[in-house]
Amino acid sequence: MTNQEIIRLVDVSKTFDDTPVLNNINLYIRRNEFVTLLGPSGCGKTTTLRIIGGFEDPTTGKVLFEGQDITDVPPYKRKVNTVFQKYALFPHMNVAENIAFGLNIKKMDKKLIKEKVENMLNLVNLKGFENRSVDSLSGGQQQRVAIARALVNEPDVLLLDEPLGALDLKLRKGMQIELKNIQKKLGITFIYVTHDQEEALTMSDTIVVMNEGVIQQIGTPIDIYNEPKNAFVADFIGESNIIDGVMIEDYMVEFANYRFKCLDSGFDPNEKVDVVVRPEDVKLVPKGQGMIEGRVLSVLFKGVHYEMLVQSNGIKWLVHSTLMEPVDSIVGINILPDDIHIMKKVR
Amino acid sequence: MKKGWIAYPYVVWLIMFIFVPLLLIVFYSVIKTTDQGIVFTLEHFQRFFEPIYIMVLLRSLYLALISTVICLLLGYPLAMILASKDYRHKRVLLLLVVIPMWMNFLLRTYAWLTLLEKNGVINSFISFLGLPKMELLYNQGAVVLGMVYNFLPFMVLPIYSVLIKIDKSIIEAAEDLGANSRVVFRKVIFPLSLPGVVSGITMVYMPAVTTFVISRLLGGGQFTLIGNLIEQQFLYTGEWGFGSALSLIMMILILFSMAIMSKYEKENEGGGLF
Repeated sequence: MTNQEIIRLVDVSKTFDDTPVLNNINLYIRRNEFVTLLGPSGCGKTTTLRIIGGFEDPTTGKVLFEGQDITDVPPYKRKVNTVFQKYALFPHMNVAENIAFGLNIKKMDKKLIKEKVENMLNLVNLKGFENRSVDSLSGGQQQRVAIARALVNEPDVLLLDEPLGALDLKLRKGMQIELKNIQKKLGITFIYVTHDQEEALTMSDTIVVMNEGVIQQIGTPIDIYNEPKNAFVADFIGESNIIDGVMIEDYMVEFANYRFKCLDSGFDPNEKVDVVVRPEDVKLVPKGQGMIEGRVLSVLFKGVHYEMLVQSNGIKWLVHSTLMEPVDSIVGINILPDDIHIMKKVR
Repeated sequence: MKKGWIAYPYVVWLIMFIFVPLLLIVFYSVIKTTDQGIVFTLEHFQRFFEPIYIMVLLRSLYLALISTVICLLLGYPLAMILASKDYRHKRVLLLLVVIPMWMNFLLRTYAWLTLLEKNGVINSFISFLGLPKMELLYNQGAVVLGMVYNFLPFMVLPIYSVLIKIDKSIIEAAEDLGANSRVVFRKVIFPLSLPGVVSGITMVYMPAVTTFVISRLLGGGQFTLIGNLIEQQFLYTGEWGFGSALSLIMMILILFSMAIMSKYEKENEGGGLF
C-alpha cells in the first residue's frame, strides 16, 4: 500500500433544507486503501459518498482528487464509479450490455469490450451469464453485475453504498470476502459505506466512524476497537459497558465504589469521565477473589460464549465469558488496567 | 376455475352487446336487398376502393398521424417536466393537464369554435391590433388543433406514469458510468419510457383516426374523415351496408396497427394503459 493521497475532503458541510447533514468533514483517502464510512443511519455517511461521486454538491467545502479541485465536476466526468445500494442495473439491458455500458460510451473497440466484459464476468463468478436478463438474477448475482459494471471501467476509486445490505447473512459474509479479494487483486481504492460494524472491522484498512454529520474517529479496525476515542465509538463498535467514573489522579480511576488502576493520565483531579470496558474484558472470578463483587442477574447462551448480566453496586455489567455462572450466584469481578478505557465526557 | 359461474353475467353481456352487434355489422356489410329478396354481395367493400373513399381514408390516417406526432412532440417534454423531482409546481401542472378531461368532449370542441370563429375571440384581438382577420376555422389546421387539444392528455399521462416509475438511481448509475445528460436520455430514459410512448401513441392515434365530431365542428364538413363517412351512411344516406363495410375495414386497420404496436411493447411490461 502506498501512501499517495487520492481523495481529500476539505471542510465539507452539507445542509438539506436548513437541516445540517454534514458538519465540517475533513478526510483524506490514500491510493489502494479500503476505507469504510461507518455509522448509524442518518449519520451522513451516504451523503459523504454521494459528494465524492458527484451526486450531491457540498454546501461549503471542497473535494480534491489527486490534489485537483473537482467540487464542480459532474459525475460523468469523475474517475470514480459507484455500486449503488439497490444495484440500479438497467432493466432494459442484459447482463453483458449492463457491464459494457460505460465502455460503449467511451466508444471502445467492440472486440475489446467483449473481452473485458468476459474478464469481469470471470472475476465476479458469473461466467456464462452474458445474455441473461437482469430480472432473472438473484440479489447476490445482481450485486455482482453491479460491481462488474463499475469495475470494468477501471476506476481509480470505487464507491460502494451499503452494497450488501439487501443480502442474507450467509451470502453477505461470502461477498465480504470476495469484495476484499477483488480489491486486493485489482489494487483499486474502495470507499465503502455501511452501518454494520462487523462488516467494517472485517474488510477495512481504515474505518471512519461518523455520527450526526461529524467524524468521530478515523483509524485502523484494531485501533478503533481497542482504543475508541469516545463513548459513541465504543458503544457503536461492538458492545461496551460505559460507566460514569471519576479520575482520582493519573493512572487511578474510581467507579463502582472501587479505585481501579488504569493506563490513562492527563486529566484534571476528580474530573468526571466515561469509563469503557468491553464485555469480554470483565473477568469473573470466584467470590472473594475479585476487586468488586456482584450477583448474576441473567445468562444467555450465544454460541461461542455466554452473555451474562452481573449487578454490582448499582451497575449492571455486561459480561462475555466462555464459562457460565449460575443465575443469582455471587461472583467476583476483576478488570485489568489495560482493559479500562477512559474517555472525556462529551456532554 | 371453480368459480367460473361468476363470469356468466359478463359473458351474457358480451354476447348481447358486443358479439351480436358485431355479427349484425358483418351481416349488413355483405348483403343487399333486391327484388328477389336479400342476396349476398361484396359490392359494399368494392365501393370502398373507389378513389374518393380511399382519399377519405388516407386523409384520416394522415391527419391522425400528424396529430399524434404533434402530441408526442408536445407531450413527451411535458411528461418529463411533470415527472422531474425538482419542478415545484408540478401538481398544479398535472391538474391542468387532467382537468379538461373532466369536461364534456363536445363542449371542449365547441369552445374552440368561439375562439377561432371569423368574429371569434382570436380574430377580434387580431383586428383590434389592426391586422387583417384570418381564416382560422374550417381547414386542416383547425382539425389537427382540435385533435391535439383533445387527445394530448392521453399522450402525456401514460408517458408520465412510466417516467415517474424510473428509479432515480438508474439515472445516477448511467451518469456515474460516464453518460452526460443527452446520453442518459438516449440510452436509458427513452428506452425505459417506450411502453408509455407506445400506449400514448395508441391512445391518441386510434380516436384521432375515427373521430367525426372534431372534423365536423372544426373542419366544417369540408374535411370528411372516415368517421364522418361512416356517420353519414347510417344517419343521412341510410346505406347501412356500406357503413358496416367501412366500420369493418376500420376495425381491421386498427387491429392491424395494435398488433404492430404490441410487438414493440412485448418485453417492456407495465406502465402502459393497454
